[in-house]
Amino acid sequence: MLELHTVTAGYDRNAPVFRGVSLSVAPGEAVGLLGPSGCGKSTLARVAALLHRPDAGTLHLDGTPVRRWRHRAPRDQRTAFGVVFQQPRLSADPRLALADLIAEPLRATGRRDEAAGRIAELSATVGLTADLLARRPHEVSDGQLQRACLARALVLRPRWLVCDEMTAMLDASTTAALVRVVEEYRAATGAGLLAVGHDRVLLDRWCGRTVDWATLTASGTDPSTRNEQSPTG
Amino acid sequence: MSMADVAAEKTGTVWRSRGGGRRSTRTLRLRTSAVLLTATVLAVLLVPPLVQLDQQAVDLAAKLQAPSLAHPFGTDDVGRDLLLRCVYGLRVSLLVGVAAALTATVVGTAVGAVAGALGGWVDRGVMRAVDTISSVPHLLLGIFIVAMFRPGVWPVVASVALTHWLSTARIVRAEVLSLRARPHIDAAVSGGASRWRVTVRHLLPGVLPQAALAAVLMVPHAMWHESALSFLGLGLPTHTASLGNLIQEARGSLLAGQWWPTLFPGLFIIVPTLAVAGLAGAWRERINPRRRSELML
Repeated sequence: MLELHTVTAGYDRNAPVFRGVSLSVAPGEAVGLLGPSGCGKSTLARVAALLHRPDAGTLHLDGTPVRRWRHRAPRDQRTAFGVVFQQPRLSADPRLALADLIAEPLRATGRRDEAAGRIAELSATVGLTADLLARRPHEVSDGQLQRACLARALVLRPRWLVCDEMTAMLDASTTAALVRVVEEYRAATGAGLLAVGHDRVLLDRWCGRTVDWATLTASGTDPSTRNEQSPTG
Repeated sequence: MSMADVAAEKTGTVWRSRGGGRRSTRTLRLRTSAVLLTATVLAVLLVPPLVQLDQQAVDLAAKLQAPSLAHPFGTDDVGRDLLLRCVYGLRVSLLVGVAAALTATVVGTAVGAVAGALGGWVDRGVMRAVDTISSVPHLLLGIFIVAMFRPGVWPVVASVALTHWLSTARIVRAEVLSLRARPHIDAAVSGGASRWRVTVRHLLPGVLPQAALAAVLMVPHAMWHESALSFLGLGLPTHTASLGNLIQEARGSLLAGQWWPTLFPGLFIIVPTLAVAGLAGAWRERINPRRRSELML
Protein backbone atom coordinates (compact mmCIF):
# COMPACT_ATOMS: atom_id res chain seq x y z
CA MET A 1 0.00 0.00 0.00
CA LEU A 2 1.27 3.46 -0.91
CA GLU A 3 -0.32 6.05 1.34
CA LEU A 4 0.24 9.80 1.32
CA HIS A 5 -1.37 11.57 4.25
CA THR A 6 -1.88 15.37 4.43
CA VAL A 7 1.24 16.06 2.39
CA THR A 8 2.40 19.64 1.88
CA ALA A 9 5.19 20.14 -0.64
CA GLY A 10 6.80 22.72 -2.89
CA TYR A 11 10.06 24.39 -3.77
CA ASP A 12 9.84 27.23 -1.27
CA ARG A 13 8.81 26.58 2.31
CA ASN A 14 6.87 29.81 2.51
CA ALA A 15 4.87 29.15 -0.63
CA PRO A 16 4.18 25.42 -1.02
CA VAL A 17 2.75 24.23 -4.32
CA PHE A 18 0.01 22.33 -2.48
CA ARG A 19 -1.07 21.68 1.10
CA GLY A 20 -2.69 18.76 2.89
CA VAL A 21 -3.08 16.31 0.03
CA SER A 22 -3.97 12.69 0.84
CA LEU A 23 -3.94 9.86 -1.65
CA SER A 24 -3.51 6.11 -1.49
CA VAL A 25 -2.78 3.43 -4.06
CA ALA A 26 -3.31 -0.26 -3.26
CA PRO A 27 -1.04 -2.96 -4.75
CA GLY A 28 -2.33 -3.89 -8.17
CA GLU A 29 -4.53 -0.80 -8.31
CA ALA A 30 -4.31 1.80 -11.08
CA VAL A 31 -5.04 5.32 -9.92
CA GLY A 32 -5.29 8.17 -12.39
CA LEU A 33 -4.64 11.67 -11.09
CA LEU A 34 -6.25 14.41 -13.15
CA GLY A 35 -5.46 18.06 -12.84
CA PRO A 36 -4.85 21.27 -14.76
CA SER A 37 -1.37 22.43 -15.69
CA GLY A 38 0.68 23.89 -12.85
CA CYS A 39 -1.49 22.56 -10.02
CA GLY A 40 1.26 20.47 -8.43
CA LYS A 41 0.41 16.97 -9.59
CA SER A 42 3.94 16.37 -10.91
CA THR A 43 5.33 17.49 -7.56
CA LEU A 44 2.98 15.05 -5.85
CA ALA A 45 4.21 12.30 -8.19
CA ARG A 46 7.83 13.14 -7.26
CA VAL A 47 6.95 13.02 -3.56
CA ALA A 48 5.24 9.66 -4.04
CA ALA A 49 8.31 8.27 -5.87
CA LEU A 50 10.58 9.45 -3.00
CA LEU A 51 12.25 12.01 -5.29
CA HIS A 52 11.11 15.15 -3.51
CA ARG A 53 11.02 15.66 0.24
CA PRO A 54 7.67 17.07 1.36
CA ASP A 55 7.53 19.98 3.83
CA ALA A 56 4.91 18.23 5.95
CA GLY A 57 2.76 15.11 6.00
CA THR A 58 3.58 11.40 6.00
CA LEU A 59 4.14 8.73 3.40
CA HIS A 60 3.69 5.05 4.24
CA LEU A 61 5.11 2.41 1.93
CA ASP A 62 3.59 -1.03 2.65
CA GLY A 63 2.91 0.12 6.22
CA THR A 64 6.44 1.46 6.85
CA PRO A 65 6.68 5.22 7.30
CA VAL A 66 9.14 6.80 4.87
CA ARG A 67 11.45 9.26 6.61
CA ARG A 68 14.14 9.86 4.01
CA TRP A 69 13.99 10.98 0.42
CA ARG A 70 16.20 10.89 -2.69
CA HIS A 71 19.72 9.57 -1.97
CA ARG A 72 19.00 9.26 1.72
CA ALA A 73 16.16 6.81 1.10
CA PRO A 74 17.22 3.16 1.39
CA ARG A 75 18.00 1.79 -2.04
CA ASP A 76 15.33 -0.93 -1.93
CA GLN A 77 12.67 1.70 -1.20
CA ARG A 78 13.84 3.97 -4.03
CA THR A 79 14.03 1.15 -6.55
CA ALA A 80 10.56 -0.07 -5.58
CA PHE A 81 9.36 2.74 -7.87
CA GLY A 82 9.63 2.87 -11.61
CA VAL A 83 9.20 6.45 -12.77
CA VAL A 84 8.43 7.67 -16.28
CA PHE A 85 8.59 11.42 -16.81
CA GLN A 86 6.80 13.74 -19.18
CA GLN A 87 9.71 14.84 -21.33
CA PRO A 88 11.86 11.95 -22.53
CA ARG A 89 14.53 14.37 -23.87
CA LEU A 90 15.18 15.74 -20.40
CA SER A 91 14.86 12.47 -18.56
CA ALA A 92 17.52 10.66 -20.59
CA ASP A 93 21.22 11.26 -20.06
CA PRO A 94 22.29 12.60 -23.48
CA ARG A 95 25.57 10.68 -23.42
CA LEU A 96 24.14 7.18 -22.99
CA ALA A 97 23.03 4.99 -25.90
CA LEU A 98 19.51 3.63 -25.42
CA ALA A 99 20.83 0.20 -24.40
CA ASP A 100 23.00 1.80 -21.69
CA LEU A 101 20.09 3.99 -20.65
CA ILE A 102 17.94 0.91 -20.05
CA ALA A 103 20.74 -1.01 -18.31
CA GLU A 104 21.85 1.92 -16.12
CA PRO A 105 19.71 1.00 -13.06
CA LEU A 106 21.04 -2.58 -13.19
CA ARG A 107 24.61 -1.29 -13.29
CA ALA A 108 23.93 1.24 -10.53
CA THR A 109 22.63 -1.52 -8.25
CA GLY A 110 25.49 -3.94 -8.98
CA ARG A 111 23.54 -6.35 -11.18
CA ARG A 112 25.31 -5.70 -14.47
CA ASP A 113 25.47 -9.38 -15.42
CA GLU A 114 21.68 -9.38 -15.85
CA ALA A 115 21.86 -6.42 -18.25
CA ALA A 116 22.13 -8.21 -21.59
CA GLY A 117 19.18 -10.49 -20.88
CA ARG A 118 16.95 -7.74 -19.52
CA ILE A 119 17.74 -5.39 -22.44
CA ALA A 120 16.80 -8.07 -24.96
CA GLU A 121 13.60 -8.87 -23.08
CA LEU A 122 12.48 -5.28 -22.52
CA SER A 123 13.39 -3.95 -25.95
CA ALA A 124 11.12 -6.61 -27.42
CA THR A 125 8.37 -5.63 -24.95
CA VAL A 126 8.50 -1.90 -25.67
CA GLY A 127 9.28 -2.31 -29.36
CA LEU A 128 12.84 -1.08 -29.84
CA THR A 129 15.04 -2.62 -32.52
CA ALA A 130 18.74 -3.42 -32.09
CA ASP A 131 19.56 -0.52 -34.42
CA LEU A 132 17.72 1.94 -32.14
CA LEU A 133 19.34 0.52 -28.99
CA ALA A 134 22.77 1.52 -30.29
CA ARG A 135 21.74 5.14 -30.90
CA ARG A 136 21.96 8.02 -28.50
CA PRO A 137 18.96 10.10 -27.39
CA HIS A 138 19.43 12.87 -29.96
CA GLU A 139 19.31 10.31 -32.77
CA VAL A 140 15.84 8.94 -32.00
CA SER A 141 12.34 10.39 -31.90
CA ASP A 142 10.47 11.39 -28.73
CA GLY A 143 8.29 8.31 -28.98
CA GLN A 144 11.26 5.96 -29.34
CA LEU A 145 13.05 7.66 -26.47
CA GLN A 146 9.98 7.41 -24.25
CA ARG A 147 9.84 3.67 -25.02
CA ALA A 148 13.42 3.40 -23.77
CA CYS A 149 12.54 5.44 -20.66
CA LEU A 150 9.65 3.09 -19.94
CA ALA A 151 11.98 0.10 -20.35
CA ARG A 152 14.40 1.75 -17.91
CA ALA A 153 11.56 2.23 -15.41
CA LEU A 154 10.67 -1.47 -15.66
CA VAL A 155 14.19 -2.91 -15.64
CA LEU A 156 14.41 -3.35 -11.86
CA ARG A 157 10.88 -4.89 -11.72
CA PRO A 158 9.39 -2.16 -9.50
CA ARG A 159 6.35 -2.78 -7.31
CA TRP A 160 5.01 0.70 -8.04
CA LEU A 161 4.89 2.64 -11.27
CA VAL A 162 4.62 6.41 -11.35
CA CYS A 163 3.84 7.76 -14.81
CA ASP A 164 3.95 11.55 -14.84
CA GLU A 165 2.22 12.67 -18.05
CA MET A 166 4.02 9.79 -19.73
CA THR A 167 2.15 10.17 -23.02
CA ALA A 168 1.57 13.92 -23.13
CA MET A 169 4.02 14.47 -26.00
CA LEU A 170 3.24 11.35 -28.00
CA ASP A 171 0.91 10.38 -30.83
CA ALA A 172 -2.08 8.10 -30.33
CA SER A 173 -0.48 4.88 -31.51
CA THR A 174 2.63 5.28 -29.34
CA THR A 175 0.40 6.22 -26.41
CA ALA A 176 -1.62 3.03 -26.92
CA ALA A 177 1.54 0.94 -27.21
CA LEU A 178 3.11 2.35 -24.03
CA VAL A 179 -0.11 2.01 -22.02
CA ARG A 180 -0.38 -1.59 -23.19
CA VAL A 181 3.19 -2.31 -22.02
CA VAL A 182 2.41 -0.85 -18.59
CA GLU A 183 -0.81 -2.84 -18.32
CA GLU A 184 0.87 -6.10 -19.36
CA TYR A 185 3.57 -5.51 -16.76
CA ARG A 186 0.96 -4.83 -14.09
CA ALA A 187 -1.06 -7.90 -15.04
CA ALA A 188 2.08 -10.03 -14.77
CA THR A 189 3.48 -8.61 -11.53
CA GLY A 190 0.56 -7.01 -9.69
CA ALA A 191 2.32 -3.64 -9.46
CA GLY A 192 0.39 -0.55 -8.40
CA LEU A 193 0.18 2.45 -10.72
CA LEU A 194 -0.11 6.18 -10.19
CA ALA A 195 -0.73 7.80 -13.57
CA VAL A 196 -0.69 11.59 -13.63
CA GLY A 197 -2.23 13.42 -16.55
CA HIS A 198 -4.69 15.98 -17.83
CA ASP A 199 -6.41 13.76 -20.41
CA ARG A 200 -9.60 12.52 -18.72
CA VAL A 201 -10.56 10.17 -21.56
CA LEU A 202 -7.19 8.41 -21.47
CA LEU A 203 -7.02 8.12 -17.68
CA ASP A 204 -10.64 6.87 -17.44
CA ARG A 205 -9.88 4.12 -19.97
CA TRP A 206 -6.50 3.28 -18.45
CA CYS A 207 -7.06 3.41 -14.69
CA GLY A 208 -9.47 1.65 -12.36
CA ARG A 209 -10.00 4.82 -10.35
CA THR A 210 -9.54 8.41 -11.47
CA VAL A 211 -9.08 11.13 -8.88
CA ASP A 212 -9.60 14.77 -9.67
CA TRP A 213 -6.96 17.08 -8.17
CA ALA A 214 -9.70 19.46 -7.00
CA THR A 215 -11.21 16.76 -4.76
CA LEU A 216 -7.83 15.99 -3.16
CA THR A 217 -7.15 19.55 -2.17
CA ALA A 218 -10.67 20.86 -1.57
CA SER A 219 -10.22 20.56 2.18
CA GLY A 220 -6.76 22.05 2.51
CA THR A 221 -5.57 24.25 -0.31
CA ASP A 222 -6.04 27.90 -0.76
CA PRO A 223 -6.10 28.33 -4.55
CA SER A 224 -4.25 31.63 -4.28
CA THR A 225 -1.07 29.82 -3.19
CA ARG A 226 -0.90 27.76 -6.37
CA ASN A 227 2.44 28.11 -7.98
CA GLU A 228 1.78 28.71 -11.65
CA GLN A 229 5.46 28.53 -12.51
CA SER A 230 6.25 25.22 -10.93
CA PRO A 231 9.27 23.90 -12.85
CA THR A 232 7.82 20.43 -13.29
CA GLY A 233 4.40 21.56 -14.43
CA MET B 1 13.05 18.76 -57.00
CA SER B 2 11.63 17.32 -53.80
CA MET B 3 10.59 19.37 -50.80
CA ALA B 4 13.65 18.24 -48.87
CA ASP B 5 15.99 19.50 -51.61
CA VAL B 6 14.26 22.87 -51.68
CA ALA B 7 14.55 23.12 -47.91
CA ALA B 8 18.21 22.11 -47.98
CA GLU B 9 18.99 24.63 -50.68
CA LYS B 10 17.18 27.35 -48.78
CA THR B 11 18.97 26.76 -45.51
CA GLY B 12 22.25 26.50 -47.42
CA THR B 13 21.72 29.90 -49.03
CA VAL B 14 20.70 31.55 -45.80
CA TRP B 15 23.68 30.08 -44.01
CA ARG B 16 26.12 31.22 -46.70
CA SER B 17 24.77 34.72 -47.02
CA ARG B 18 24.71 35.23 -43.25
CA GLY B 19 28.02 33.71 -42.24
CA GLY B 20 30.13 33.97 -45.40
CA GLY B 21 32.51 36.81 -44.64
CA ARG B 22 32.71 36.17 -40.95
CA ARG B 23 33.29 32.48 -41.49
CA SER B 24 36.42 33.03 -43.57
CA THR B 25 37.96 35.36 -40.96
CA ARG B 26 37.04 32.79 -38.34
CA THR B 27 38.76 30.03 -40.31
CA LEU B 28 41.80 32.25 -40.83
CA ARG B 29 41.98 32.99 -37.12
CA LEU B 30 41.59 29.31 -36.27
CA ARG B 31 44.33 28.28 -38.73
CA THR B 32 46.73 31.02 -37.66
CA SER B 33 46.22 30.12 -34.01
CA ALA B 34 46.74 26.42 -34.69
CA VAL B 35 49.92 27.03 -36.70
CA LEU B 36 51.41 29.42 -34.13
CA LEU B 37 50.60 27.15 -31.21
CA THR B 38 51.99 24.08 -32.99
CA ALA B 39 55.17 26.00 -33.86
CA THR B 40 55.55 27.13 -30.25
CA VAL B 41 55.05 23.65 -28.82
CA LEU B 42 57.38 22.06 -31.40
CA ALA B 43 60.08 24.66 -30.74
CA VAL B 44 59.85 24.07 -27.04
CA LEU B 45 59.92 20.28 -27.37
CA LEU B 46 62.46 19.88 -30.17
CA VAL B 47 65.01 22.66 -29.90
CA PRO B 48 66.64 21.73 -26.58
CA PRO B 49 67.34 18.04 -27.45
CA LEU B 50 68.20 18.68 -31.12
CA VAL B 51 70.23 21.87 -31.07
CA GLN B 52 73.59 21.37 -29.42
CA LEU B 53 74.02 24.95 -28.27
CA ASP B 54 74.44 26.13 -24.71
CA GLN B 55 71.86 28.76 -23.82
CA GLN B 56 74.07 29.83 -20.90
CA ALA B 57 77.19 30.31 -23.08
CA VAL B 58 78.59 33.72 -22.23
CA ASP B 59 80.45 35.72 -24.89
CA LEU B 60 81.36 39.12 -23.46
CA ALA B 61 82.86 40.25 -26.77
CA ALA B 62 79.41 39.97 -28.37
CA LYS B 63 77.32 41.58 -25.63
CA LEU B 64 74.16 43.51 -26.42
CA GLN B 65 74.35 43.01 -30.17
CA ALA B 66 71.31 44.02 -32.22
CA PRO B 67 69.47 41.30 -34.14
CA SER B 68 71.64 39.93 -36.98
CA LEU B 69 71.93 36.75 -39.01
CA ALA B 70 74.18 35.14 -36.39
CA HIS B 71 71.85 36.13 -33.54
CA PRO B 72 68.31 36.69 -34.99
CA PHE B 73 67.02 38.08 -31.67
CA GLY B 74 70.30 39.74 -30.70
CA THR B 75 72.30 39.05 -27.54
CA ASP B 76 71.89 40.05 -23.91
CA ASP B 77 74.23 41.99 -21.63
CA VAL B 78 76.64 39.05 -21.25
CA GLY B 79 76.46 38.00 -24.90
CA ARG B 80 74.06 35.06 -24.60
CA ASP B 81 71.94 34.32 -27.70
CA LEU B 82 68.44 35.64 -27.04
CA LEU B 83 66.63 33.35 -29.47
CA LEU B 84 67.93 30.34 -27.62
CA ARG B 85 67.23 31.96 -24.23
CA CYS B 86 63.67 32.78 -25.33
CA VAL B 87 62.99 29.19 -26.43
CA TYR B 88 64.32 27.85 -23.13
CA GLY B 89 62.36 30.51 -21.27
CA LEU B 90 59.18 29.64 -23.10
CA ARG B 91 59.79 26.01 -22.21
CA VAL B 92 59.86 26.80 -18.51
CA SER B 93 56.93 29.21 -18.74
CA LEU B 94 54.79 26.72 -20.69
CA LEU B 95 55.63 23.95 -18.23
CA VAL B 96 54.56 26.19 -15.35
CA GLY B 97 51.43 27.27 -17.26
CA VAL B 98 50.29 23.77 -18.17
CA ALA B 99 51.07 22.26 -14.76
CA ALA B 100 49.36 25.11 -12.90
CA ALA B 101 46.31 25.06 -15.18
CA LEU B 102 45.91 21.29 -14.82
CA THR B 103 46.26 21.41 -11.04
CA ALA B 104 43.87 24.34 -10.73
CA THR B 105 41.30 22.62 -12.95
CA VAL B 106 41.43 19.33 -11.06
CA VAL B 107 41.12 21.09 -7.69
CA GLY B 108 38.42 23.47 -8.94
CA THR B 109 36.38 20.71 -10.59
CA ALA B 110 36.54 18.52 -7.49
CA VAL B 111 35.52 21.34 -5.15
CA GLY B 112 32.79 22.64 -7.47
CA ALA B 113 31.37 19.17 -8.10
CA VAL B 114 31.26 18.34 -4.38
CA ALA B 115 29.57 21.65 -3.54
CA GLY B 116 27.07 21.37 -6.37
CA ALA B 117 26.29 17.68 -5.95
CA LEU B 118 25.87 17.71 -2.18
CA GLY B 119 24.13 21.08 -1.94
CA GLY B 120 22.75 22.32 1.37
CA TRP B 121 25.14 23.48 4.07
CA VAL B 122 28.18 21.86 2.40
CA ASP B 123 27.53 23.99 -0.69
CA ARG B 124 27.02 27.14 1.36
CA GLY B 125 30.14 26.53 3.46
CA VAL B 126 32.40 25.70 0.52
CA MET B 127 31.24 28.60 -1.63
CA ARG B 128 31.64 31.11 1.23
CA ALA B 129 35.20 29.79 1.66
CA VAL B 130 35.75 30.31 -2.07
CA ASP B 131 34.41 33.88 -1.79
CA THR B 132 36.69 34.54 1.16
CA ILE B 133 39.81 33.30 -0.65
CA SER B 134 38.96 35.23 -3.81
CA SER B 135 38.50 38.44 -1.84
CA VAL B 136 42.30 38.54 -1.44
CA PRO B 137 44.00 39.82 -4.65
CA HIS B 138 45.42 36.66 -6.16
CA LEU B 139 48.81 38.07 -7.10
CA LEU B 140 49.25 39.05 -3.46
CA LEU B 141 48.17 35.61 -2.27
CA GLY B 142 50.48 34.06 -4.87
CA ILE B 143 53.42 36.11 -3.61
CA PHE B 144 52.62 34.94 -0.09
CA ILE B 145 52.70 31.29 -1.23
CA VAL B 146 56.01 31.53 -3.17
CA ALA B 147 57.57 33.43 -0.30
CA MET B 148 57.11 30.37 1.92
CA PHE B 149 59.38 28.20 -0.26
CA ARG B 150 62.82 28.37 -1.85
CA PRO B 151 62.67 29.75 -5.41
CA GLY B 152 61.93 27.05 -7.98
CA VAL B 153 59.46 25.82 -10.56
CA TRP B 154 57.10 23.92 -8.23
CA PRO B 155 56.49 26.72 -5.71
CA VAL B 156 55.50 28.92 -8.67
CA VAL B 157 53.16 26.19 -9.99
CA ALA B 158 51.63 25.84 -6.52
CA SER B 159 51.29 29.59 -6.15
CA VAL B 160 49.45 29.98 -9.46
CA ALA B 161 47.35 26.80 -9.11
CA LEU B 162 46.24 27.50 -5.54
CA THR B 163 45.01 30.97 -6.45
CA HIS B 164 43.27 30.03 -9.70
CA TRP B 165 41.01 27.06 -8.94
CA LEU B 166 38.32 29.38 -7.58
CA SER B 167 36.80 30.45 -10.91
CA THR B 168 36.75 26.83 -12.13
CA ALA B 169 35.05 25.77 -8.90
CA ARG B 170 32.36 28.41 -9.47
CA ILE B 171 31.80 27.41 -13.10
CA VAL B 172 31.61 23.70 -12.27
CA ARG B 173 29.29 24.24 -9.30
CA ALA B 174 26.89 26.34 -11.38
CA GLU B 175 26.81 23.73 -14.14
CA VAL B 176 26.30 20.90 -11.65
CA LEU B 177 23.45 22.78 -9.97
CA SER B 178 21.65 23.26 -13.26
CA LEU B 179 22.22 19.65 -14.31
CA ARG B 180 21.11 18.33 -10.93
CA ALA B 181 17.60 19.70 -11.39
CA ARG B 182 17.09 17.77 -14.65
CA PRO B 183 14.73 14.79 -14.68
CA HIS B 184 17.48 12.44 -15.85
CA ILE B 185 19.11 12.84 -12.45
CA ASP B 186 15.75 12.03 -10.81
CA ALA B 187 15.62 8.95 -13.01
CA ALA B 188 19.10 7.90 -11.90
CA VAL B 189 18.19 8.37 -8.22
CA SER B 190 15.06 6.32 -8.71
CA GLY B 191 17.16 3.67 -10.45
CA GLY B 192 19.15 3.22 -7.23
CA ALA B 193 22.30 5.16 -8.17
CA SER B 194 24.44 6.31 -5.24
CA ARG B 195 25.45 9.94 -4.83
CA TRP B 196 28.94 9.04 -6.03
CA ARG B 197 27.62 7.32 -9.14
CA VAL B 198 25.27 10.19 -9.99
CA THR B 199 28.16 12.64 -9.66
CA VAL B 200 30.75 10.65 -11.58
CA ARG B 201 28.56 9.16 -14.28
CA HIS B 202 25.89 11.79 -14.88
CA LEU B 203 27.05 15.16 -13.53
CA LEU B 204 30.80 15.31 -14.20
CA PRO B 205 30.66 14.27 -17.87
CA GLY B 206 28.20 17.12 -18.36
CA VAL B 207 30.58 19.74 -16.98
CA LEU B 208 33.81 18.44 -18.50
CA PRO B 209 33.64 20.52 -21.71
CA GLN B 210 33.31 23.69 -19.63
CA ALA B 211 36.09 22.63 -17.26
CA ALA B 212 38.38 21.75 -20.18
CA LEU B 213 37.76 25.13 -21.79
CA ALA B 214 38.55 26.85 -18.50
CA ALA B 215 41.77 24.81 -18.23
CA VAL B 216 42.93 25.75 -21.72
CA LEU B 217 42.26 29.43 -21.12
CA MET B 218 44.14 29.23 -17.86
CA VAL B 219 47.41 28.14 -19.50
CA PRO B 220 48.31 31.60 -20.88
CA HIS B 221 46.96 33.24 -17.74
CA ALA B 222 49.26 31.07 -15.62
CA MET B 223 52.18 31.99 -17.93
CA TRP B 224 51.48 35.66 -17.29
CA HIS B 225 51.48 35.00 -13.57
CA GLU B 226 54.78 33.15 -13.76
CA SER B 227 56.27 36.10 -15.67
CA ALA B 228 54.87 38.57 -13.18
CA LEU B 229 56.31 36.67 -10.22
CA SER B 230 59.68 36.24 -11.93
CA PHE B 231 59.71 39.88 -12.95
CA LEU B 232 59.24 40.81 -9.31
CA GLY B 233 62.15 38.52 -8.45
CA LEU B 234 59.91 36.13 -6.52
CA GLY B 235 59.44 33.39 -9.08
CA LEU B 236 62.10 31.25 -10.64
CA PRO B 237 65.76 31.51 -9.64
CA THR B 238 67.46 34.23 -11.71
CA HIS B 239 69.80 31.88 -13.58
CA THR B 240 66.83 29.92 -15.01
CA ALA B 241 65.72 31.32 -18.34
CA SER B 242 62.02 32.10 -17.99
CA LEU B 243 60.21 34.79 -19.92
CA GLY B 244 59.67 36.85 -16.77
CA ASN B 245 63.33 36.58 -15.79
CA LEU B 246 64.47 37.58 -19.30
CA ILE B 247 62.36 40.74 -19.23
CA GLN B 248 63.49 41.52 -15.69
CA GLU B 249 67.19 41.20 -16.63
CA ALA B 250 66.74 43.36 -19.73
CA ARG B 251 65.15 46.33 -17.97
CA GLY B 252 68.48 48.17 -17.64
CA SER B 253 69.42 47.86 -21.30
CA LEU B 254 65.97 49.08 -22.38
CA LEU B 255 66.78 52.45 -20.80
CA ALA B 256 70.03 52.52 -22.80
CA GLY B 257 68.07 52.10 -26.04
CA GLN B 258 68.50 48.35 -26.55
CA TRP B 259 64.96 47.20 -27.28
CA TRP B 260 65.53 43.62 -28.35
CA PRO B 261 66.16 41.92 -24.98
CA THR B 262 62.70 42.96 -23.74
CA LEU B 263 60.70 42.90 -26.98
CA PHE B 264 61.32 39.28 -27.98
CA PRO B 265 60.53 37.62 -24.60
CA GLY B 266 57.42 39.85 -24.50
CA LEU B 267 56.33 38.60 -27.92
CA PHE B 268 56.93 35.04 -26.71
CA ILE B 269 54.33 35.63 -24.01
CA ILE B 270 51.82 37.37 -26.26
CA VAL B 271 51.88 35.02 -29.25
CA PRO B 272 50.96 31.79 -27.40
CA THR B 273 48.32 33.73 -25.44
CA LEU B 274 46.61 34.95 -28.61
CA ALA B 275 46.92 31.53 -30.22
CA VAL B 276 45.27 29.80 -27.25
CA ALA B 277 42.57 32.47 -27.15
CA GLY B 278 41.91 31.98 -30.88
CA LEU B 279 41.60 28.21 -30.51
CA ALA B 280 39.43 28.46 -27.41
CA GLY B 281 37.18 30.96 -29.16
CA ALA B 282 36.70 28.61 -32.09
CA TRP B 283 36.05 25.73 -29.72
CA ARG B 284 33.48 27.69 -27.74
CA GLU B 285 31.69 28.72 -30.91
CA ARG B 286 31.54 25.10 -31.93
CA ILE B 287 30.18 23.98 -28.54
CA ASN B 288 27.74 26.84 -28.25
CA PRO B 289 27.29 28.86 -31.45
CA ARG B 290 24.71 31.14 -29.86
CA ARG B 291 27.07 32.56 -27.29
CA ARG B 292 29.51 34.78 -29.13
CA SER B 293 30.75 36.60 -26.10
CA GLU B 294 34.31 37.81 -25.86
CA LEU B 295 36.78 35.59 -24.12
CA MET B 296 38.09 36.61 -20.75
CA LEU B 297 41.73 35.86 -20.23
